[in-house]
Amino acid sequence: MVPTMKDENRVLTHGMDPAAMRGKGSEKLLISRETPAMEIKDLKLYYGKEMALKGVDLTIPKGRITAFIGPSGCGKSTLLRCMNRMNDLIDIARIEGEVLLHGDNIYDAGVDVAELRRRVGMVFQKPNPFPKSIYENVAYGLRLQGVKNRRILDEVVEQSLRRAALWDEVKDRLNENAFGLSGGQQQRLVIARAVAIEPEVLLLDEPASALDPLATLKIEELMFELKDEYTIAIVTHNMQQAARVSDYTAFMYMGEMVEFADTDTLFTSPAKKQTEDYITGRYG
Amino acid sequence: MDKSFFAQHISQQFNEELEEIVNRAMAMGGLVEQQLGDAMLGLAEGDIGSAELVVTRDYQVNAMEVALDEECTHILARRQPTASDLRLVMAVIKTITDLERIGDEAERIGKMALHLLEKDREQNPMAEIAALGEYVRRMLHNALDAFARMDTDQAVRTAQMDFSADSQYEEVMRQLLKRMRDDPESIPRIMDMVWAVRSLERIGDRSRNICEYVIYFVLGKDVRHISFEQMAEEATGDRR
Repeated sequence: MVPTMKDENRVLTHGMDPAAMRGKGSEKLLISRETPAMEIKDLKLYYGKEMALKGVDLTIPKGRITAFIGPSGCGKSTLLRCMNRMNDLIDIARIEGEVLLHGDNIYDAGVDVAELRRRVGMVFQKPNPFPKSIYENVAYGLRLQGVKNRRILDEVVEQSLRRAALWDEVKDRLNENAFGLSGGQQQRLVIARAVAIEPEVLLLDEPASALDPLATLKIEELMFELKDEYTIAIVTHNMQQAARVSDYTAFMYMGEMVEFADTDTLFTSPAKKQTEDYITGRYG
Repeated sequence: MDKSFFAQHISQQFNEELEEIVNRAMAMGGLVEQQLGDAMLGLAEGDIGSAELVVTRDYQVNAMEVALDEECTHILARRQPTASDLRLVMAVIKTITDLERIGDEAERIGKMALHLLEKDREQNPMAEIAALGEYVRRMLHNALDAFARMDTDQAVRTAQMDFSADSQYEEVMRQLLKRMRDDPESIPRIMDMVWAVRSLERIGDRSRNICEYVIYFVLGKDVRHISFEQMAEEATGDRR
């Protein structure tokens, strides 16, 4: 095997870079090699006079899972909501800076916000299925787009439920009300609904915080399955969850991006003391 | 070790658990150091009592390793430590593995000493072997000291001592070979010495390993299997 990665200027007495010996799935990630899906540039957000984001710069790499961690009120959910303009719904929120989706600023005048939210889907902390059947929940987005062909709808519903790892559990009761599902199933249903309209980016805001450990693991496994096709950004209070699922982790504190690194590095040797104190549970 | 390092966790219990594994690793280090000292008393000064003690006490070192390993496993399972806490637990796990092996080497030296004493009560062991023994004992002591204080400078200085340990080892081996050539009758006896000297050299290597774990814990840098110059450079550079 040829060593593929070498730390520059490092002569190794054993003649081979250990990086070349890494197993599958433990490759060292380098943000400089990633293709950006979204780029956030000097983003500031004010709630009235309060500055909630103080000039955040960040690249969300394509086809990867990026986790946002930080104490309550650090701005991580706010930042996530900036990525599909959910903050537009808050009157007193005002934004400076840019958020690029594949190179285009989503805050430009003339951007169709509904279309943006189709491309950048969002899943919230509490599962929010519509008071409809399981089938209609997943088909909802397509129906909005005017799709009426039953065969296409059937196909997309099945495929989306399969992707959300829910199909086997619900295939015999697609016409039952979605509220009859368990919390974990409802959350996967909501993810299926988001996936049905083929978004490019999926934003997950504490998607598992209301779920039991096993349902949580199912959601995490699902994220892993989905990242081949989608770019995922997740906000979580659960640090171990961030460590388990993400490729990259961003630590935020008081509206600032303190540290952004590949997850392995951030959780073993963070560069900043603030990050270290937070993830090890020390007094700040 | 600076106790305030641990005392900052929100969980007091976690502070205590980390403090406990470090204290116990240090206690194990102290015992291993004593084992080596006693083994050398047997080898260099013909003290049978000390050599016997080393052999009978080795099980304590093993038991300490097993117990400490288990404790570290519990911390990993229950606390899922991260960053410096994780590196500390990893450093302790690796250090006690080397300490246990140093204990085995000390036991081997003790056995060789007893073996030699059975054959010949009036032996005159080489002064160079005694000097090498004292030198690697100091290396081990300094490595444990660097560990206790998490002192990377001390770790680098101690790792550097391994060069001299190696050249002393080679010199002693040359002399032992010469003795074997000059007096083939003495070969069985000299072979015992060769094994003991070999063990001393290994103890030097393992002490250097402990220094590398200190650097890993403090700086988050893996300095194994690189040249000493690079190790020194890494250790004086910034944290990764």
